[in-house]
Amino acid sequence: MGIELCSWGDMDYFLQQLVNGLTLGSIYGLIAIGYTMVFGIIGMVNFAHGDVFMLSTFISVIVLLILTQILGISSIALALFLVLIAAMVLTALWNWAIERVAYRPLRGSFRLAPLISAIGMSIFLMNFVQVVQGPRNKSVPPLMTDLLVIPIGTSNITISLKQIFIMATTALLLAAFWYVVQKTSLGRAQRACEQDRKMAALLGIDVDRTVSITFVLGAALAAVAGVMYVVQYGVVNFSDGFVPGVKAFTAAVLGGIGSLPGAVLGGLLIGLIEVMWSAYFSIDYKDVAAFSILAIVLIFMPSGLLGKPDVEKV
Amino acid sequence: MRDARNKPLASGRPATIAAFKDAALVGLATLGLGFPILAYRTEQNISNQLIIEPRWALAFSFAGLAFALRLAWLMTSAGRSSIPTWSMPVLSKRAGDTISRAGLGILLAYPFLALWITGPGGAIKWIDNFGIQILIYVMLGWGLNIVVGLAGLLDLGYVAFYAVGAYTTALLSTHFGLSFWLCLPLAGMFAALWGVLLGFPVLRLRGDYLAIVTLAFGEIIRLVLINWVDVTGGYAGISSIPRPTFFGIPFNATETGFAATFGLEFTPLHRLFFLFYLILALALLTNWVTIRLRRLPIGRAWEALREDEIAAKALGIDTVITKLTAFAIGAMFGGFAGAFIAARQAFISPEMFVFMESAVILAIVVLGGMGSQIGVAIAAIVMVGGTELLRELDWLKAIFGKDFDPTQYRMLLFGLAMVAIMIWKPRGLISNREPTIALGAKKSISSSLVREGHG
Repeated sequence: MGIELCSWGDMDYFLQQLVNGLTLGSIYGLIAIGYTMVFGIIGMVNFAHGDVFMLSTFISVIVLLILTQILGISSIALALFLVLIAAMVLTALWNWAIERVAYRPLRGSFRLAPLISAIGMSIFLMNFVQVVQGPRNKSVPPLMTDLLVIPIGTSNITISLKQIFIMATTALLLAAFWYVVQKTSLGRAQRACEQDRKMAALLGIDVDRTVSITFVLGAALAAVAGVMYVVQYGVVNFSDGFVPGVKAFTAAVLGGIGSLPGAVLGGLLIGLIEVMWSAYFSIDYKDVAAFSILAIVLIFMPSGLLGKPDVEKV
Repeated sequence: MRDARNKPLASGRPATIAAFKDAALVGLATLGLGFPILAYRTEQNISNQLIIEPRWALAFSFAGLAFALRLAWLMTSAGRSSIPTWSMPVLSKRAGDTISRAGLGILLAYPFLALWITGPGGAIKWIDNFGIQILIYVMLGWGLNIVVGLAGLLDLGYVAFYAVGAYTTALLSTHFGLSFWLCLPLAGMFAALWGVLLGFPVLRLRGDYLAIVTLAFGEIIRLVLINWVDVTGGYAGISSIPRPTFFGIPFNATETGFAATFGLEFTPLHRLFFLFYLILALALLTNWVTIRLRRLPIGRAWEALREDEIAAKALGIDTVITKLTAFAIGAMFGGFAGAFIAARQAFISPEMFVFMESAVILAIVVLGGMGSQIGVAIAAIVMVGGTELLRELDWLKAIFGKDFDPTQYRMLLFGLAMVAIMIWKPRGLISNREPTIALGAKKSISSSLVREGHG
């Protein structure tokens, strides 16, 4: 718990942590969108989403190795681009299949059933990856190690190229995603189902297909987060889905569940809080901080920062 | 895909072709799912570099299996538009009582039966890994059933109370030398206290939100146990917790031990027998208290709360007291179970109280059919016993080769079973309810008519 007084005034250190926090926050925000969209459309906490993210990290590692070791692609930029595409497609396929098998038959069933099914799916995914890929940590050599030194006043802050890559790609893909949800007929159907599923069905929207697309989009964004995670940390493990999953869910709740900008905002906030907490207080209790925020927000501010208040109907 | 299933596949070739097409799609999708994750295995080589080894045969065999299963399914269920629903026969009260009595008789005789059938060597495994292990989950399931099944409060952090009980026992007995029999009630009391403490802030929450907050509380308690090294020993946990004694007589080979006192030959089985009957007694206590409480006003208030919180409030039920008692009593039994596990293992660590345990306990309650005591017991036997049974399947090595380790698949199958049971019977295995109080004859109703509780 050593609080170094000098580091409080150290702008350089603060800006460095700010960059780190935003990088981590981008990853949380991308996962959080998957939670918030699924909750918005079928009112279910998709417990397996964190494990879908974990699966996507494994898919990206394996695809990266295939590209570099078997196909011999030497350009990192090209390899990462292909990894991103492959991870998005394959993770989306997984989430589509999960929704078909484990959640769709339970549509309209009592409320706990999908939750239990999702917990079962989460246990399955985690152990499936453990069985087929082994329990040990898998690490890839560091990618994009170039550093960028930006002089600010008298001091310098160092931003690695990968952090810029992560934030830029996140921003780009979020913009694309925003366009899909706001401007295309697909997005309109999605938002309509979110508001009133029965009415949307009556107006000729294929609700099942729309829900599938929601899962596909959520998984694709989780896969982006997965690739970013591999680029940033370089180590994947079968058990690394739960904690990022809960933190991303915290982000979704903090931003107001059901709200897409809220999920991104919440993700950035959670990333910043976690990094700042570790930097200035104690690294041991950083997860306690995240869980405490989750509990406090849900108890005192259940509609989150940007969410609509929940009206209780009798 | 959906079209193929919904169309009446009554006759002839088009149906067969449609089925083939559908199955081929399923096989292709499975191949897609398995593409990187099954088809390549990541390995560390000698220079600690990550390399990949192809194993396409595995991916293709899974795809082929999916194709065959889907085809078989479509062919056999052709012409049927939906899956036939099967429901457990509704048992009459007398039949239910007979089954309960028979089950109790088998349980009481179980250690002796195990000893008689498998001999002293095998009995250790059967009593410890199966008997005691399953009964712990039965007890935890019954304890959580009070919170989830009766009061309708969805609790995903139940393992926290189990941990509180275990750590209370461990700390009191190692630091102050209190015996197990003193620690047991204290563990229950502390857990109940924590139940109230954690229950207080979440009084306003309902449904999924309540589940997530209780999950957060459970994780916070575990993280504190990990990080508060001075008291809890961190990851190392607490070891050499004194074993429970038979009213002061220890189970060891000394002069004053259990065996010498009763003039028996010393064997470790004595302690196992004792532990088995201890956890059986604790579990039955949980069951008995639950059944009794259901008939008291507080039990009926719980069920009213589960059915409709607003209506219950309107009828003058104090929802604060009702919720807090449910949390406290449920937590108390979790604490008892924690005290038992600390004394049984003589060692505890935060690793034993991960979220997965909460999920497994909740799964047992929901799979058993919420609120049904016998259903919870059956679910615990099926889920815990079934996965423990995988440890016994050594003969599978003969089929799949020497490297095949069935225990690896325990939790994988557990997860799949959870999904499968939910799809097959969303209301759990025992999905009918008997009213606690009735005018005239009692009639069982389907639990589809019972609210799941938004409280």
